[in-house]
Amino acid sequence: MTDTLDRPPTTPDLAVVGTRPIRPDGAEKVTGRARYGADFVMPGELHGRIKRSPHAHARIVAIDTRKARALPGVKAVVTGADFPDLPSEALEAGEALQNLRDLSHNVIARDKVLYDGHAVAAVAATSAAIAEAALDLIEVKYEVLPHVIDIEAAMAPDAPLLHDTIFTEGLPAKPDRPSNVAKRSEFARGDLDAAFAEADVVIEGRYETQAVHQGYIEPHACVCAIAPDGQATIWASSQGAFMIRTNCAKLLGMDVANIRVTPAEIGGGFGGKTTVYLEPLALALSKQSGAPVKMVMSRDEVFRATGPTSGSVMKVKLAAKTDGTITGVDLEMMFSAGAYPGSPVGAACMTAIGCYDVPNFRIVGYDVLNNTPKTMAYRAPGAPIAAFAVESAVDDLALKLGLDPIAIREKNGVRDGTVAAYGAKFQNIGYLETLEALKTHPHMQAPLGPNQGRGVAVGFWFNAGGDSAATVHLGDDGTVTVATGSPDIGGSRASMAMMAAEVLGVPMEKVRAIVADTASVGFTMVTGGSRTTYATGMAVIQATEKVVAELKRRAAILWDVSVDDVEWLKGEAVYRGGEKSMTLTALAAKAPRTGGPIQAEAALNAQGAGPGFAAHACDVEIDPETGAVTILRYTAVQDVGRAIHPSYVEGQIQGGSAQGIGWALNEEYIFDKDGRMENAGFLDYRMPVASDLPMIDAVMVEVPNPRHPYGVKGVGEVPIVPPLGCVANAVRAATGVRMYALPLSPPRVRAALQTKGG
Amino acid sequence: MSKKHITATVNGDVSEFLADPGTTLLDALRDELGLTGSKEGCGTGDCGACSVIVDGRLVCSCLMLAAEAEGKRIETIEGMAQGGVMHPLQQKFLEHAALQCGFCTPGLLVASKSLLETNPDPTETEVRFWLAGNLCRCTGYDKVIRAVMDAAAEMRQVRRAS
Repeated sequence: MTDTLDRPPTTPDLAVVGTRPIRPDGAEKVTGRARYGADFVMPGELHGRIKRSPHAHARIVAIDTRKARALPGVKAVVTGADFPDLPSEALEAGEALQNLRDLSHNVIARDKVLYDGHAVAAVAATSAAIAEAALDLIEVKYEVLPHVIDIEAAMAPDAPLLHDTIFTEGLPAKPDRPSNVAKRSEFARGDLDAAFAEADVVIEGRYETQAVHQGYIEPHACVCAIAPDGQATIWASSQGAFMIRTNCAKLLGMDVANIRVTPAEIGGGFGGKTTVYLEPLALALSKQSGAPVKMVMSRDEVFRATGPTSGSVMKVKLAAKTDGTITGVDLEMMFSAGAYPGSPVGAACMTAIGCYDVPNFRIVGYDVLNNTPKTMAYRAPGAPIAAFAVESAVDDLALKLGLDPIAIREKNGVRDGTVAAYGAKFQNIGYLETLEALKTHPHMQAPLGPNQGRGVAVGFWFNAGGDSAATVHLGDDGTVTVATGSPDIGGSRASMAMMAAEVLGVPMEKVRAIVADTASVGFTMVTGGSRTTYATGMAVIQATEKVVAELKRRAAILWDVSVDDVEWLKGEAVYRGGEKSMTLTALAAKAPRTGGPIQAEAALNAQGAGPGFAAHACDVEIDPETGAVTILRYTAVQDVGRAIHPSYVEGQIQGGSAQGIGWALNEEYIFDKDGRMENAGFLDYRMPVASDLPMIDAVMVEVPNPRHPYGVKGVGEVPIVPPLGCVANAVRAATGVRMYALPLSPPRVRAALQTKGG
Repeated sequence: MSKKHITATVNGDVSEFLADPGTTLLDALRDELGLTGSKEGCGTGDCGACSVIVDGRLVCSCLMLAAEAEGKRIETIEGMAQGGVMHPLQQKFLEHAALQCGFCTPGLLVASKSLLETNPDPTETEVRFWLAGNLCRCTGYDKVIRAVMDAAAEMRQVRRAS
C-alpha cells in the first residue's frame, strides 16, 4: 500500500499547484454541516410528491384530481395541463443539447406516458403523509398500449411507436413513415471494402450492454418558492444552478432574472444531474399554493424516472495485417435513447476509435427510442459502451495474431498530428505515454494463478471547455475570496483556490473558494464534460491576474512610480528588482486610500480543452462453481495534463474505474414483461461496495496542455472508458471464453463456463 | 394517530421530541432535531448514508423507528468532533482526500468509528467488509480505506503513549 501523501509534488516549478492541501469545504463535509439538496428548510414549506405512471406505455384518457384537492392539507395539485405547450426546438442548457418540448413532457406527461415511472401529476401538502395519501386519490384513466424495450425490436418496422412525429434523421431522404429510430449518424473515411478485401485477418463480434444508472447516492432534491410578483428562489442540488435557471424559465415561461438559484452541495451527479425533473413541478406547486415547496425523490423514483445511460447492441468488424496493423474498422452501434431522442450514440461514434489511427472506417450509430426513462449523460457519455466492443475486438485480434495487448495498441496508436475519426487533429496528447507507463508498471509482471487472468484496455474522451465566470475579491486583511458558478462535486473549490493562490503567490489557505448563486456570479455551464478545472479554472486565473494588475497599480500610486517598473513576485509588489516592496496584506490594508475595494471578474468561453487518454490493466479471478468474478488488481494510467490537486485527480481516476467495474460486472436495468423496472433499489441494482474492490492504483502521466496556464486537461471522464473492455478482457484471459454481453454477472459467467465445458 | 413523546440521549445531551408512530429515527433526527448530517440515500438500509450508533451498535437510522429510540443513547455525525476538535477519522478523511461529493461521508465516518471501537487494529479486508454496507459512488473506496487504516494506526499510537 503506497501512501500517496508521501509522494513529492508533481510540479516542482510551482508553489501551490501540484501540492495536496486540505480542501476548503472539507471540515463542513466531515462534520455533517454541509447542506445538500434535502437539508435546506424554508419557513412554511409544503411537501411535494409525484404521481407516476405504472405503465411502460399508455395513453392518458383522463385525470381526475378532485378527490385529492378535497383532502384536508392538500394545497396544490398540478398535471400536464398546467404547463405551457412548447415548440420542438433545441435548448442548450445542460451537458448536451435537449429538446424543449421533450424536456417539458419528460418533467410531466401530456397525452401519453412513455415509461414506468413517468410523472403524471404532482401534489403539495402540509405533510409528506398527506401528500402521499393525495396521490392515491388522483384517478388516472389509462389506455394501455403495447410497449417496446429491446433495442432491435424497437427498430423493427412494426414496433410499437413512441412518437408519431419522429421520422429518422440522417437518412438521404425524409422517410415516409415515423420510426423509433430518431437518428442515424455516420462517420467514414477511406475505402473500407478494399481494407476488408486485402485483410490478412478479420475479427468480428456482436456486443450488448444494458442500461445502467449514474448511481449518485443523493437523490434529486429541491426547495422552491415563488412570490406573488413572480420572483422565484430555488435551492437545489444539481450540476449547474444556471442550467436549472434556464430550464425553469423556458419550461414555465418566466424571465431568467426572476429566478435565483442557490446551489446546494451536490451528492454526486456523474452527468445525471444536468437536467431538471423536480424544480419546474415544485415551482408550479408553489405558484398555485403560495407557499414554498420541497421535493425529494425516493431511490425508487431515482431509478425509475431519472436518466440512466443507454443499453446497446454493437456489431464490430476489424480488418488487419498479420503484423497487427489495423487497416479497417466497420462498426455499427444501436443505443437506446429511452422515451425521447438523445442517446449518446453520437459521442460513442466519435470516440469509438479515438485511440487508434485507422485509415479506413465506417462507424454508424442509431439513436433508438424505447419505453424506458429518457437517458441522461453519464461520465464520458457513450464512450465506455463503444470502447467495450472495440477493446474486446482488439483483444481478440491480438490473441489471434499472438501479439502483446499493449504492443498492438502502441502500433496502431494515435499521436500528435493524427486526425481523429471525428475530424480534429490531435496535438500535445499523451496516449503513447500512458501505454509506456502501463507497460513498465509492476502490475504487468505480477504472477497469475489458476482461474486468474489479466486484461488491458484503453480509452479516449474529448474533454470540454465552454462558458465560465469567476469573481475574485480581496479582504482588507489581504485574504481572498474566489466565487464561481461551478457546483463542487469532487473538490473543485480546492483547485480553484489553489490556482488563484498560485497566481497571487500566497498560501492556498489565504484563498477561500465558494460556489455562488445565479444572481451573484456570471453565467457558468454545468459541472460536467470534465470542464470545470479547465474552463472555470481559467476564468479564476484570468480574474486573479486582473487583481494582480490592480495591486501593482495601487503600489505604483503609493510609491509614485510608473506601474511598468512594478513586478509581482511571491505575493509582493516589487519596484525595480527590490528597491521597494509591499506585501499583498499591506496593499489590501491601504486599498481605501488608493482607489477603493479591489476585485475583478472574468467571463470566458474556454476553447482548446486537451483530450484525455487512459490505459488500464485488470487482474481477475473466476470462481468456476459460482461464476463470480473477483477483481484482484487494478491499475489505471491516465494523461492528466497537469494535476492541480493530485489527490483529487487520483480520486477521479479511482472513482471512474470503480464505476466502470460495476458496469462490467453487475449493474443493469432489468424489466419485467410489462416493462416495469424490477430492480429499482440498491439491493438489486448492485453497485460495487468496498469489499468488491481492491486498491486502484491511479498513475498520473503529465503531458501539459499548452492552452491552459498550468497545463490542465480534464480528468473526470476518461477513467470510466476502459474498464468495461478491460474487465471483459481479463475474464476472457481467465476463462478462455469471450463474453459478448455485459454485465459479466455470476449467472452469465457460469453459463459461459458450462457451454465451454460441455 | 397521535404523536409519541420520545426521550433519548443524542450526542451526549438529553433530547425530547415528538414523532408519529411510523416515523423513522432518520426522519426524526433530520426533521425534529435538525440533525441533517445523517443522509437518506435509499430509505431501505442498503446505502448506509444514514448510519448512526445506538447504544454502541451501528444501525441504519432509516430502518429504525423513532419510537424505538426511547431511552437509548444515539451518536450521530454531529457528535463526532468534540469541543471543536475533529476526530482522527475526520482529520484523516480530509488528509487522504477520502471524500469527493461528501454525501456518503457522514455515514462512512460513523461506521468507521464503530469499527475502530470494536477492532482498533483492523486489516484492510476487515475494513472493507465492515464498510460494505456504506455505498460510495465517487471514490472507488481506495482513499477511504487508506484514511481508516491511517486513523486506526494513529489512534493506536496515541493510546500506547497515554
